[in-house]
Amino acid sequence: MARVVVDVMLKPEILDPQGQAVQRALPRLGFDGISGVRQGKRFELEVEGPVDEAALARIRELSETFLANTVIEDFQVKVES
Amino acid sequence: MTARIGVVTFPGTLDDRDSRRAVRLAGAEAVPLWHRDKDLKQVDAVVLPGGFSYGDYLRAGAISRFSPVMETIIEQAKAGMPVLGICNGFQVLTEAHLLPGAMLRNTELHFVCRDQKLRVETSATAWTADFTAGQEISIPLKNIDGRYTADPRTLDVLEAEGRVVFRYATGGDGREGYGNPNGSLRDIAGITNEGGNVVGLMPHPEHAVETLTGTGRTDGLGFFTSVLRKLVAA
Repeated sequence: MARVVVDVMLKPEILDPQGQAVQRALPRLGFDGISGVRQGKRFELEVEGPVDEAALARIRELSETFLANTVIEDFQVKVES
Repeated sequence: MTARIGVVTFPGTLDDRDSRRAVRLAGAEAVPLWHRDKDLKQVDAVVLPGGFSYGDYLRAGAISRFSPVMETIIEQAKAGMPVLGICNGFQVLTEAHLLPGAMLRNTELHFVCRDQKLRVETSATAWTADFTAGQEISIPLKNIDGRYTADPRTLDVLEAEGRVVFRYATGGDGREGYGNPNGSLRDIAGITNEGGNVVGLMPHPEHAVETLTGTGRTDGLGFFTSVLRKLVAA
């Protein structure tokens, strides 16, 4: 069984107050030198059968229609070996 | 015959009972609709009430949008049927692309619950005909994912076409209930589609239909009497 990972991130121009809250907490915890944090989602899909071009096309389709809201988010599909 | 207004219940919906009560108080028949049922039972209009449908999993409204009842609602809304999305219902309408833009976590990251002052920007929709443009109303607001977002071009189109229906009233010199509670772009609280039949907003008109509860005013009733008047006239 192959695994395909879909990373979903807010578009760069969209304000991410959750990421900002994480970043603001870092110096308090003693972690310096982090100038920005953006928070996103990672989906791990266990795929039955071969991960060929057709399977990837289906996954891109489900990512675009469902996993990501492309009004506010970008997504990236990666095959894990 | 009285008009029939459907109120959808998804798993996790909270405000379906209040919405049905508001519909009845306005003088229409409230028809319960179930998320798994494609059949709209010959209703003349639909209310998508607030709550946390499907637990807000993935994104608020993202899963509800693909429920069987929404298939028919999307089709009918495109054909002109009046649809009102309140709070979670508004989120469902943007996820379904019946309304442009999207809803994000409030900028302050807090759940906000308060009586909210709104400015009605247009009475030219199926759900706001009983208001006047510029009128200030007060209805409850309760959400955490209420930050309306769209790209600048979409916002310009909405403004140019008079499709911003409500804005958070920002005057009031810091008095309670004024101000933008969630960071929505251009203080937008509610919008409509090109036809004016689909309206979505974050605050809750169905909680402000009797003086005993809610804001102590009945500003929310106008939503339901507006659509009723349109349906009776049709």
